[in-house]
Amino acid sequence: MRQSIFLLLLVSSLLGAFFQACQNNVGTVETGFITLRFDNVAGNQELKLGTSTYQNAVGESFTVSKFNYYVSNFRLKRTDGTEYVVPQNNSYFLIQEDKPESQTFTLANLPAGDYKSVSFLIGVDSLRSLADIGQRTGVLDPGLGTHDAMYWDWNSGYIFLKLEGTSSAVPSAQNNQFFYHIGGFGGGYNGKKTINNLRTITVPFGGDVASVTATSTPKINLTTDVLKVFNGNTTLSIAQHSSVMFENYSTTIADNYAQMVKYTNQTKQ
Amino acid sequence: MKLKITVLVTSVALLVMAFFSSAHQKALLFDVPPHFPAPVYPFEKNPLTEAGIELGRTLFYDALLSKDNTISCGSCHQQAAGFTQSGQALSRGINDLTTRRNAMPLVNLAWSSHFGWDGGVHDLDLFPMVPIQNEAEMNESLPNILEKLRKKRQYPVLFTKAFGSPDITDERFLKALSQFMLTMVSANSRYDRAVRHQGATFTPSERAGWILVERKCSGCHPEPLFTDFSFRNNGLASTVNDDPGQYGITLNNEDRYKFKVPTLRNVAVTAPYMHDGRFTTLEEVVAHYTGVEHGETLDHLLKRDRETGILGISLTPTEQADIVAFLRTLTDDSFLQDCRFAENKGL
Ligand code: HEC
Ligand code: HEC
Repeated sequence: MRQSIFLLLLVSSLLGAFFQACQNNVGTVETGFITLRFDNVAGNQELKLGTSTYQNAVGESFTVSKFNYYVSNFRLKRTDGTEYVVPQNNSYFLIQEDKPESQTFTLANLPAGDYKSVSFLIGVDSLRSLADIGQRTGVLDPGLGTHDAMYWDWNSGYIFLKLEGTSSAVPSAQNNQFFYHIGGFGGGYNGKKTINNLRTITVPFGGDVASVTATSTPKINLTTDVLKVFNGNTTLSIAQHSSVMFENYSTTIADNYAQMVKYTNQTKQ
Repeated sequence: MKLKITVLVTSVALLVMAFFSSAHQKALLFDVPPHFPAPVYPFEKNPLTEAGIELGRTLFYDALLSKDNTISCGSCHQQAAGFTQSGQALSRGINDLTTRRNAMPLVNLAWSSHFGWDGGVHDLDLFPMVPIQNEAEMNESLPNILEKLRKKRQYPVLFTKAFGSPDITDERFLKALSQFMLTMVSANSRYDRAVRHQGATFTPSERAGWILVERKCSGCHPEPLFTDFSFRNNGLASTVNDDPGQYGITLNNEDRYKFKVPTLRNVAVTAPYMHDGRFTTLEEVVAHYTGVEHGETLDHLLKRDRETGILGISLTPTEQADIVAFLRTLTDDSFLQDCRFAENKGL
């Protein structure tokens, strides 16, 4: 009995020491921030909802009324090749063209260092797509009225990207409207696979170095080109595919959006 | 030192006591019937409490969950009909619109891991989003419902009782609904009392039917839950309607026309039958199995009768009648009339 009590005490004091050690560590490592801005464009024009007309590679003219997409699971690569993985809980963002404030966000608590590229997912990974409702917070919360519903209740998965608009390529019987709602996290469903439209995008800072220190926060400006959703590995024709949701063809569109984000420049804040 | 040891020992003892008393309480709120397997719902992420269940019940019967405050979960899941919609082949929701499918029985949900006829939803907590957002069911949104609940006097009180503060969040809302639905356990039919040797008697026909169900149906509807919760094509004629079932979720041709195997419990009160309610009587259902359609994804168990080698399940008219007689012993009146599952009119 005596012995086991002694053991218990020993274990608990060791545990205590461990936690203390961790705390000390956190205090000494220098950390900083990186700000990311996603600027939505259409080729070399700014994207403007509703008003401006753009043309895809097939020659179809269209306007855009909605453009939303999730970016998540951020990783940053240092110039020495090592990588910093942003803790998953702080790694989900929903970019909405009609909400300018959603297009800029800051990754906090990054270890100070020189970073040369960023990579992230378009979409919400399968782990989070299968998670308890308690872990679906912020932009993942289907009950918050603060963001557009990007959730399919019938398969409990997220819509990774929504692109909606009008085009004369779509018959007037459908009000000239086209829409692409792309999702599908690859399953976990009954152990079965489903289509996987998660795409990883890696954006090198084109030789630039983003130096993070406690006092300097680089701002990385990225552009997302909506035309790339149409003009990629496969050329998407609005006339042929005026609405794409959960269907096999959606993977073609995902392959296209995997190319839509590019590095513009870096500004110091 | 001595003091420290005393403190340690007492706190350990207290912890152990707390554990046992909470386990005891859980047993009262959710009793696993002795002849049932362990449930699969992860209770640890949503521990049942009396106040949580009561909140769930109030929500389940509140028409405020629909856009025009006319339809509640209970409109389509009626207790007397085994929590299905009595007499409706395709269920009817808001504005008298017809949905795509037959309302499913809500029973023994703690043993199921995928929900809906096509199994698209992997978590009971997330299921209510489906009827809530469906245009033909409730046509509402979660943010709107939460707003409506916040404005009603009783809900902040009920949420406080259930979760310790008046905050009305989707997590709490959905988990309370689950808590209530999880308590809907049916395990007290005449069949159950016979299995438990509690003096239930069977007629020779019912007994013959029982043996036939074990022999011919248990590959998909095994005792004691009378479903293995798998997804299968049981040979319904696809010409009647072209609902592709699980294919809609996986986009895999092998899953075309596969639907969740429903329980046979309380089946005498859940007519009409199948995902589209195409059969109105149990006699029709049983007769169906003698002449299934041989589609590409027909379940292997229905390709050849194990005894006769003929397509489907070979059953004489007497055998069919015996099976129907047995199915009627699965009606659990105490479940269908249990006040705990009925609307609380006192609120
Ligand atoms: C308009 C009728 C209607 C309403 C209202 C309705 N349901 Fe249903 N319910 C159905 C139908 C139809 C299905 C089968 C759905 C499918 O497969 O597409 C179903 C299936 C279910 C299932 C799946 C059961 C299983 O074993 O897989 C659950 C759980 C459920 N409903 C709970 C609820 C809850 C909770 C509410 C209220 C928020 C509700 N329902 C409101 C018609 C309805
Ligand atoms: C190969 C698997 C399989 C076998 C064997 C099987 N069933 Fe089924 N059963 C199903 C499936 C799947 C459904 C639902 C089909 C649908 O709605 O599309 C079903 C539905 C039913 C229903 C309708 C229940 C409801 O709530 O709508 C009854 C009753 C039923 N079966 C009874 C039987 C009986 C009796 C036998 C044996 C003679 C049997 N089944 C054999 C798979 C099977």
